[in-house]
Amino acid sequence: MDAEAAKLIGAGLAAIGAGMAALGVGNVFGSFLESALRNPSAADGQQGRLFIGFAAAELLGLLAFVVSMILIFVA
Amino acid sequence: MAAESGKIDPMHQFAIEPLFGTDHLALGGYNIAFTNSALWMVITAVVLWIFVAGGMKRQLVPGRWQMAVEFFTGFINKLMMENVGAAGKKYVPYVFSIFMFILMANLLGLLPIGLFGLHPFTFTSHFTVTGVLAIMSFSIVLIVGFWKHGLHFFSLFVPHGTPLPMIPVIFPIELVSFLVRPFSLGLRLFVAMTAGHVLLKVLAGFVINSTNAGLGYGALVGIPSFTLMIGISALEMLVACIQAYVFALLTSLYINDAEHLH
Repeated sequence: MDAEAAKLIGAGLAAIGAGMAALGVGNVFGSFLESALRNPSAADGQQGRLFIGFAAAELLGLLAFVVSMILIFVA
Repeated sequence: MAAESGKIDPMHQFAIEPLFGTDHLALGGYNIAFTNSALWMVITAVVLWIFVAGGMKRQLVPGRWQMAVEFFTGFINKLMMENVGAAGKKYVPYVFSIFMFILMANLLGLLPIGLFGLHPFTFTSHFTVTGVLAIMSFSIVLIVGFWKHGLHFFSLFVPHGTPLPMIPVIFPIELVSFLVRPFSLGLRLFVAMTAGHVLLKVLAGFVINSTNAGLGYGALVGIPSFTLMIGISALEMLVACIQAYVFALLTSLYINDAEHLH
């Protein structure tokens, strides 16, 4: 396989990581809403933890984006 | 390269160009040209200064502007109180500055002043900038941690109740996860902003290229792409705020580690 083609395929495969991070972020907010609706009075106090979970899940998706950008523009 | 397939290069918006003929300005062998990145940092600082100075009236019944500024100061104050406690009071100015600076930079970079032929530049989409911001937060953690606790600061890497045989395993893991913090902090902001701006430019490229290809293509591809762009722009404004908040939140958590260990 041509090296250029392999790079582009690798970049495309890295996009799977972005989709997986979408599952993760959706899970974070989904679980939060599910439990926030059960006990709305306790929800406001957990907003910091919500965003920590969001940040951790999102970072891994962003890393997948970085990998694909490096493959396309740098490698 | 992938960018050559269309006429619009989505990465061109991140190009750093020296302005005002300072191309070869050098200090100690390093080029210190005044770039578009530096210009937007100055603009951000000036806008932020005007915003905060306008709200420092200390009226008993605050007007709209004062309310807006006090909302942000109160927001950061609450964040530090919740995450660090009373010891977090002295870090409020720092976290407030860094939060507002990032927020203003992200939002100013989204301004639609391209309509008037100007080009907004999001300097938070460069790792050199976000990296320095992250290193600033990280050095505060290191300085405060070692100042307050001395070498006892290393107990941060051994959680309470770790069995003795596990310490040689846990310590390197915790050390690495601690050392990665400035990297992940800067990377998150930089990639989130870069990704959003690339996406907007790619969609803009769809609109322009499809409309140039003919009216039918323009209606079929251009209009849906443009509708999507409007939605993505709204999402980007949300991301701009969330990323600034996440940066401030993580900074406060790291400061909490330095203040209270575990």
